[in-house]
Amino acid sequence: MLTNREKEQILISSGVDVRKCMRCGKCTGTCPAYDEMEYHPHEFVYMVEKGEIEKLMNSSSIYKCLTCFACVERCPRGVEPAKIIEAVRLAVIRKQGNNHIKAEDIPCMAEDDDTPGQLVVSAFRKYKK
Amino acid sequence: MQKIGVFVCHCGTNIAGTVDVKAVAEALSHEPGVVFAADYPYMCSESGQNLIKDAIREHGLTGVVICSCSPRMHETTFRKAAASAGLNSYMVEIANIREQCSWIHKDMKTATEKAVILGRAAIAKVALNTPLTASETPVTKRALVIGGGIAGIQTALDIADAGFEVDIVEKEPTIGGKMAQIDKTFPTLDCAACILTPKMVDCAQNEKIHIYAYSEVESVKGFVGNFTVGIKKKARYVDETKCTGCGLCTEKCPMKKTPNLFNLGLDTRSAIYIPFAQAVPKVATIDADYCNMLKNGRCGVCSKVCTAGAIDYHQQDEHIEEKYGAIVVATGFNPIKLDNFDEYAYAQSPDVVTSLELERLMNAAGPNGGTLLRPSDKTHPHTIVFVQCVGSRDTSGCGKPYCSKICCMYTAKHAMLIRDKYPDTEVYVFYIDVRTPGKNFDEFYRRAVEEYGVHYIKGMVGKVMPQKNGKLLVRASDLLAGEQLKIEADMVVLAAAIEPDKTARSLATMLTASMDTNDFFTEAHPKLRPVESPTAGIFLSGVCQGPKDIPETVAQASAAAAKVIGLLVKDKLKSNPCIAHANETLCNGCSSCERVCPYGAITYVDKEFRMPDRTTKIRRVASVNAAVCQGCGACTVACPSGAMDLSGFSNQQIMAEVDAICR
Repeated sequence: MLTNREKEQILISSGVDVRKCMRCGKCTGTCPAYDEMEYHPHEFVYMVEKGEIEKLMNSSSIYKCLTCFACVERCPRGVEPAKIIEAVRLAVIRKQGNNHIKAEDIPCMAEDDDTPGQLVVSAFRKYKK
Repeated sequence: MQKIGVFVCHCGTNIAGTVDVKAVAEALSHEPGVVFAADYPYMCSESGQNLIKDAIREHGLTGVVICSCSPRMHETTFRKAAASAGLNSYMVEIANIREQCSWIHKDMKTATEKAVILGRAAIAKVALNTPLTASETPVTKRALVIGGGIAGIQTALDIADAGFEVDIVEKEPTIGGKMAQIDKTFPTLDCAACILTPKMVDCAQNEKIHIYAYSEVESVKGFVGNFTVGIKKKARYVDETKCTGCGLCTEKCPMKKTPNLFNLGLDTRSAIYIPFAQAVPKVATIDADYCNMLKNGRCGVCSKVCTAGAIDYHQQDEHIEEKYGAIVVATGFNPIKLDNFDEYAYAQSPDVVTSLELERLMNAAGPNGGTLLRPSDKTHPHTIVFVQCVGSRDTSGCGKPYCSKICCMYTAKHAMLIRDKYPDTEVYVFYIDVRTPGKNFDEFYRRAVEEYGVHYIKGMVGKVMPQKNGKLLVRASDLLAGEQLKIEADMVVLAAAIEPDKTARSLATMLTASMDTNDFFTEAHPKLRPVESPTAGIFLSGVCQGPKDIPETVAQASAAAAKVIGLLVKDKLKSNPCIAHANETLCNGCSSCERVCPYGAITYVDKEFRMPDRTTKIRRVASVNAAVCQGCGACTVACPSGAMDLSGFSNQQIMAEVDAICR
């Protein structure tokens, strides 16, 4: 496989070794946001391995991930798909030059009763800088 | 005057590819004492050996240095060659220029330089070698088998068949092990008990076999051919010699709420129990944790009903010592605990079971008399989900990194049996890979799919959620269809990884037998000596060495038996002459060596010495038992006055090697 700068960037910023994946699909089997996604956790891992970063960056799937870390918790090989998804999100942000969500917006989101608490916590974790 | 011959092996390109062998021979030919140096493509070949023999005869060599592979490979070959030419075989030294040089270096110049240095050290050592003669030790013609599962049983039967005495030590009250708990065996689907129990009976009836059931190995001393083993016979509170196994006590015992461990706690039994109908020895045992009489002195029913007068509430653990020539480890396995796998709800729902529990649920002697019922409400399950690789192939730290090997086949077996007996039950098997190498194994798995209609789904279960309606919601991925499945199941069966029995580690320490990071015993050579431990006289049988199914276990058990028989038929064993000895004039009697000796080979004696002023004085000095010493050298390091020395590896020789390397 040819070296792919974007793929290298994703691997570095996520710290994930995609070659450890043994294609069991437990991440996708456990994902609570499955129905909302076009690409699912195991596909994220596989597509990064194949270097198909552009497709992932243009997919809304990256914003459907709740960052609940169920896939990270349950992966038998320690691959950590959620970190891969986060890295793709970061790649998008870097390209656009701004954040997808502003830190100031987060408290307003918390007021909405339908917002999962997990999402708010994760958002703080991601955008606290 | 030393006359040393140096022989440098090419080992094809193994050595010659990175080491300039001709340059090594040339450089070493100038070393002091060297009168002959040559290189040859394969020193271990017959013509290579002849080269050594001819040189010894022609040049009257007093020492031989062979620069070749590790001495673990061909030291014996070269020693024999030297001996056949009239040179004492301990006048041969090997410089390992393959494993420790050519294989680990890429640069020819560096490797060649290092090979010369290694050769130089060996020459310096051989110049100080003295001829040694191996002594002989007798062999105790009795074997010990630790573990009474199918592996231990088969090994014991084969050893006894060859006419040798063999003892089985089993920690449970009966032999039989895991196979006794299994319902049917793959790929033939015959009943496990029907093929196992005749072998158990054979063990009981064989005059050469003695079974120490409900016993554990406490200590191991000695060495190959001469082990002394301490065995603890745990108190059963029943006299084995009197109990007839009638079972009346188990019927009358009022403590009926004791968890039945043979059925993995799926039902209960009495506090005094016989694990199962075909137990060997068929003797009752009292579970001290549940017996009222033992706990608070109130009850005594079993003692009253026992017509044989076998009940003895005051029985104590018994400690015995036996001598053995060989020891076979057959300690087996257990399924792992599932505490790290909360997502499968094993602790939350009784309807989530392990595969071994399913064996009991389907067995005629199990809690439901052979009818498969949900443990929670004893109803017939209509949808069953099997999850493969629960904790196997798991490098996250929650499970085991290896493949447990047997799960693919037993899951296919379970799925097939359920579909055969209950055709209205839908069976789903979630798999990562289906691994079925083995005679008639893949055919067996395909039969489950093609003939019995088991749904095999490539993917993994992510979560099992117990529902209010008593069902289990299984969320899983179907990777081939690219969808997430939600199945409402009545039961979920987890193929839990298997791990070596917990007792194996402490046993390995007692036996000084090595283990890998997963606590499986290491074999002496992974390909060529698969049933021997690197520790002489210790043999391996069954899953204690690595995951394997019943046919493989039985094959390995017989192989281990063959190795034991090969050892026990010998009347005497040649012992290693490279053993420790004490220089009594230097020994100050401090006992340091006695404390570090792992074999108990060193004792202290009072000896009379003549003093310079013509008086005599009694001094306490170390004395080495040559038959027990294994030449490990620990004492030579511990001795503060330098009195301890090892023949063949003397302090002087080792210093000469170091000097030669630093020259």
